[in-house]
Amino acid sequence: MTALSSYLFISALLFAIGLAGALTRRNAILVLIGIELMLNAGNLNFIAFWRFGPHPEALTGIMFAIFSIGVAAAEAAVGLALIIAVYRHYKTTDLDEISSMRG
Amino acid sequence: MAWIVHNLWLIPALPALAAGLSAFAPRQSRKLAASLAIGSMFLSLLLSLCALTHVLRAVAQEIETRQAFNFPWLQIGADWLQLGWVLDPLTAVMVVMVSFVGLLIFIYSVGYMAHDENFTRFFCFLSLFAGAMLGLVIANSLLLLFICWEIVGLTSYLLIGFWYQKPSAAAAAKKAFITTRIGDLAFLLGMVWLYSQAGTLLFYDNGAGCLEQSVLIRLVAQTTAAGMTVSTGIALLIFFGAVGKSGQVPLHVWLPDAMEGPTPVSALIHAATMVAAGVFLIARIYPLMAVHGGAELSFIHTTTALRVVTWVGAITAVFAASIAVAQDDIKRILAYSTISQLGYMMIGLGVGGVAVGMFHLITHAFFKALLFMGAGSVIHGCHEEQNIRRMGDLRRFMPITFATYAIGMLALCGFPLLFSGFWSKDAILHAASEWDVSKLPFYLATVGVLLTAFYMTRQVLYVFFGKSHLSASLGDSHSASNTVAVHHSSTPHESPTVMTLPLVILAALSILLGLIGTPAWPWFTAFLSGQQTHFDLHGFAENGVLATMLLSTIVFLAGLALGWWLYGRKSIESSDTPDVLEQRQGKIFNVLRSGYFVDSLYQHTVIAFVTWSSRACDWLDRWIWGGAVRIVSWLIVGFSWLSRSLDIFVVNRGFDQGCQNISFGGQALSRLQSGRTQSYLRIIGVAFAAFVLFLIWGHHR
Repeated sequence: MTALSSYLFISALLFAIGLAGALTRRNAILVLIGIELMLNAGNLNFIAFWRFGPHPEALTGIMFAIFSIGVAAAEAAVGLALIIAVYRHYKTTDLDEISSMRG
Repeated sequence: MAWIVHNLWLIPALPALAAGLSAFAPRQSRKLAASLAIGSMFLSLLLSLCALTHVLRAVAQEIETRQAFNFPWLQIGADWLQLGWVLDPLTAVMVVMVSFVGLLIFIYSVGYMAHDENFTRFFCFLSLFAGAMLGLVIANSLLLLFICWEIVGLTSYLLIGFWYQKPSAAAAAKKAFITTRIGDLAFLLGMVWLYSQAGTLLFYDNGAGCLEQSVLIRLVAQTTAAGMTVSTGIALLIFFGAVGKSGQVPLHVWLPDAMEGPTPVSALIHAATMVAAGVFLIARIYPLMAVHGGAELSFIHTTTALRVVTWVGAITAVFAASIAVAQDDIKRILAYSTISQLGYMMIGLGVGGVAVGMFHLITHAFFKALLFMGAGSVIHGCHEEQNIRRMGDLRRFMPITFATYAIGMLALCGFPLLFSGFWSKDAILHAASEWDVSKLPFYLATVGVLLTAFYMTRQVLYVFFGKSHLSASLGDSHSASNTVAVHHSSTPHESPTVMTLPLVILAALSILLGLIGTPAWPWFTAFLSGQQTHFDLHGFAENGVLATMLLSTIVFLAGLALGWWLYGRKSIESSDTPDVLEQRQGKIFNVLRSGYFVDSLYQHTVIAFVTWSSRACDWLDRWIWGGAVRIVSWLIVGFSWLSRSLDIFVVNRGFDQGCQNISFGGQALSRLQSGRTQSYLRIIGVAFAAFVLFLIWGHHR
């Protein structure tokens, strides 16, 4: 097993955990946490492919990861604000209860 | 041109204006309506006298007596249709007669109609009639004459049906209007023909009028069907109009029924003026009737048109006089007498020319108006009783009416020398005896004189002599008639002065008028032709004059004696015993009483045909034209039913199905949109996994 594939394996595991969390949890905050995990699995992939890729001297990978984390932070802020707004309205954060978008 | 010629239109305009004003007057303004009518008629009479003196002066100075005033009225294409009026001796005599008799009858109506609630309307119609009649008389255009002719027809309709609450009056009005309309149709055709041939309808127009030389030459030169000249054809058509208006056979049926109107109306319209309009029309267009072609234009008494006039007149004179013998209604007797006398006028025109016919027209207007107004006075005095058998002995109760009525009766019968009717009738008989074509009209007219004397004697004996039968019938006449009778006492009474005064004036004129047309001083004949005359006893010595006078006197006395012998010898016992003639000759009497069954003949031929054809038209309408329409409508209903079922079962159903499918699809798809974010995420996850697997598998392949 090379170093890259072990990183990718860890990244895939992290993604699977995040997906599982996002799919199984009812609480919106926990779903958000799961999504953050999947996002970080992606970041890990960026770093791994950059570090073991053909041009490790250029800082492309780390820049990607930093931008991605910045965007994720902004996204988390928006997501949490949405959850608070939803909670104020529905008095719950249980996603099964919030189905007003049903067609 | 003299002032009166320019302003001749005022004579008809004044009564017409009075009619217009009183049409707006409220119903209860009786005095206003009566004074408007009488005042305007009085002014018209004054103007008419002006016109007469103007013509008299023209005759005396031996200048042109005919003056016409024309004005353009209506433009048709490049032509102007002209109207106008003419002042000549004929017009002058007629306007004076119409306005004078009209004035007296207006005054009389104030008394006769005093109790009628529609007094104002009556005078409005009467004034309108007078205006139209005077317009007819002064017209210088056949068109203007026709317009006025129709207005007098209208007022005749309105006044016959004045008591329109009575069904018989309403029916009589319709009958009069429709019957005269048949004649008017011919008149209109003749007029149109004349216009197309002559290019003008003016009588006199400085040599270009349709009664003047240049046009007559053209009319005589052309011939039409059966070798008739155009002038004859036109003259006969116009004469048929006169037949309708003047109640000649075969269109006489309306005049007896017209007696349903108020008696002043009968006197004015159906005795003195309107029915004489037909005679006047023939007199007016006399040049057209008498014109004869050939090398040089001449006027003779034996043209086809004048022969027809004479024969129709002669037949009518005897026909109507014989019917009058068997009538019981005081006014119907006079109506048939009027028809008969109009026949005499026609004979006079046919055989003797304008003067002979017109002289009888004028004298007849006076004595027949007198008789009708006397009859009105009798009816008024007997509480609306009209049956002469229920009267009797009225000379004791109504001396003035009796005296004037007797004068009128003697004038009508032609009592020798004293009365106007004798002279005018004698002129007709004399002219008829010298007619070249046939002597038969003369004999018929003589028989007519006998019958006239007979039926008038019968009437006077029934009404004024014998025993009074009024009391027997008064009971039911009281209950049957309206409230008017209640105000009176039950015995007959003399009429008020306002009614008797016109009677006296007319009676005086019935005697005096004869003086202007005796053979010794034929002033009237000379006046109409614009000549002067002088008194000359040798007029009697002309061949046949004295003989005719003697003959008519003998015939008159025979009629009088026959009447007296049958009805005067012993007084009639009761009003229910059959007439003396009926006892002796029941069948003939019945035929005469029903007017030779002319009415029922028309009922069974013309009217039956009209009824039948209207039924046939109705049937055709219902079944043929209506059927075609119905078939078309059925077809359209069928087509629309088809298209409706197509809509419902094909278009709608397909559309509904499509809609349903779309709706089902939408429902199915909407189930995917559960609103649960996690299920979306799950689907994305599964899809992602499938994608990854696909990529892996794809690479391995």
